[in-house]
Amino acid sequence: MIVSVASGKGGTGKTTIAVNLALTLVETESVCLMDCDVEEPNAHLFLKPVLEGSAKVTVPVPIVNEEKCNGCGRCGEICAFNAILPLGKHVLTFPELCHGCGGCTLLCPVGAIREEPLEIGLVEWGHAGSISHIHGKLRIGSPLAPPVVKAVKCHKQNMPEGAISIIDAPPGTSCPVVASVSGSDFCLLVTEPTPFGLHDLTLAVDMVRELQVPFGVVINRAGLGNGGLVDYCNAENIHILAEIPFERRYAACYAKGGRLVEEFPEVKKVFQDLWHAICVTADRV
Amino acid sequence: MKIAVTAQDKNLDAEFDSRFGRCKYFVIADLNTGEHRVEQNTAAIEVGGAGVKSAQFLAGCEVSAVITGHVGPNASRALEAAGIKVFVMESGTVRDAIKAYKEGELTQVSGATTDSHTGLNMS
Repeated sequence: MIVSVASGKGGTGKTTIAVNLALTLVETESVCLMDCDVEEPNAHLFLKPVLEGSAKVTVPVPIVNEEKCNGCGRCGEICAFNAILPLGKHVLTFPELCHGCGGCTLLCPVGAIREEPLEIGLVEWGHAGSISHIHGKLRIGSPLAPPVVKAVKCHKQNMPEGAISIIDAPPGTSCPVVASVSGSDFCLLVTEPTPFGLHDLTLAVDMVRELQVPFGVVINRAGLGNGGLVDYCNAENIHILAEIPFERRYAACYAKGGRLVEEFPEVKKVFQDLWHAICVTADRV
Repeated sequence: MKIAVTAQDKNLDAEFDSRFGRCKYFVIADLNTGEHRVEQNTAAIEVGGAGVKSAQFLAGCEVSAVITGHVGPNASRALEAAGIKVFVMESGTVRDAIKAYKEGELTQVSGATTDSHTGLNMS
């Protein structure tokens, strides 16, 4: 089973939820935590895994042999990202714009284009106790996060058979988030009871509905703000699966890289109940 | 010869647009005949590579020079490869830009004058 943890707004507590859910489940299940927030992975700050291996993530970018080029311009016509610009027989490439689809190479009628791997990031894996941990790191300066996200999700090397995968997604609702959440059996949308939290939750709800992934909401910092969030969820018939109260001592624990479920028994109960609610909502009891 | 001016609207008295790849219009003036025409910049709404696509469009229009406010690194490479010279100014109308060009008052630049995505942040 794959459970992704996403949010519209950043800083609502995705990593807190993902890490503490993993720590709760690992007592009875085989668990893998995949940190797909490849622009700023941070689950390792709380899990403190021992890393055991790493692999480069690359995309194939075009290299043009201008001696072979017949100047037909098809490479430029097919490219949706303006990453290759034919000016007669002079062809410019812009590797940082390339999404690595291979269209230009495929369509070149004279075989003037070959592909070379461009390194855009890294996948690292290891263990934190019994929890398998995998995370991706997007290379600084590279704008293309989805291939790194997909590389994290495809990584099976230290993935135990039948493990529950928990995916810590990036914030927002853009391509890297879609890449993270796609294919999940369930998605937890983490939000907070503030106007920003509510606004961005509505965007995230639109996204998971489009992706047809069953979902529920977790309210972090419950009691902080107004009731608009609960009204919205009720009106949209969205299940609120858990609420974590707004408490200074929880924030202090987080700020030290601590684990809520190990320090606060009442929070552990919240996560145990959350897992039960996920199974009921996902109809997989 | 033909020159292009990045413009915010479709006539000679429109304010010139300091963005290159994400300008709204290109006013293309033929200095030999004194005529001009206006082209909507369809590259302005591209997710990425707006400067590259704009440069490709201008190359197809056979312009020799473009007057704009800023060009980013990708646009600069594409324009240079297409043999299109880049002249910059700060503000004024399209008419002012053409007049200043004719009188040799504009500065020609080579290379990027700004970072990638500048035009996105100004829109």
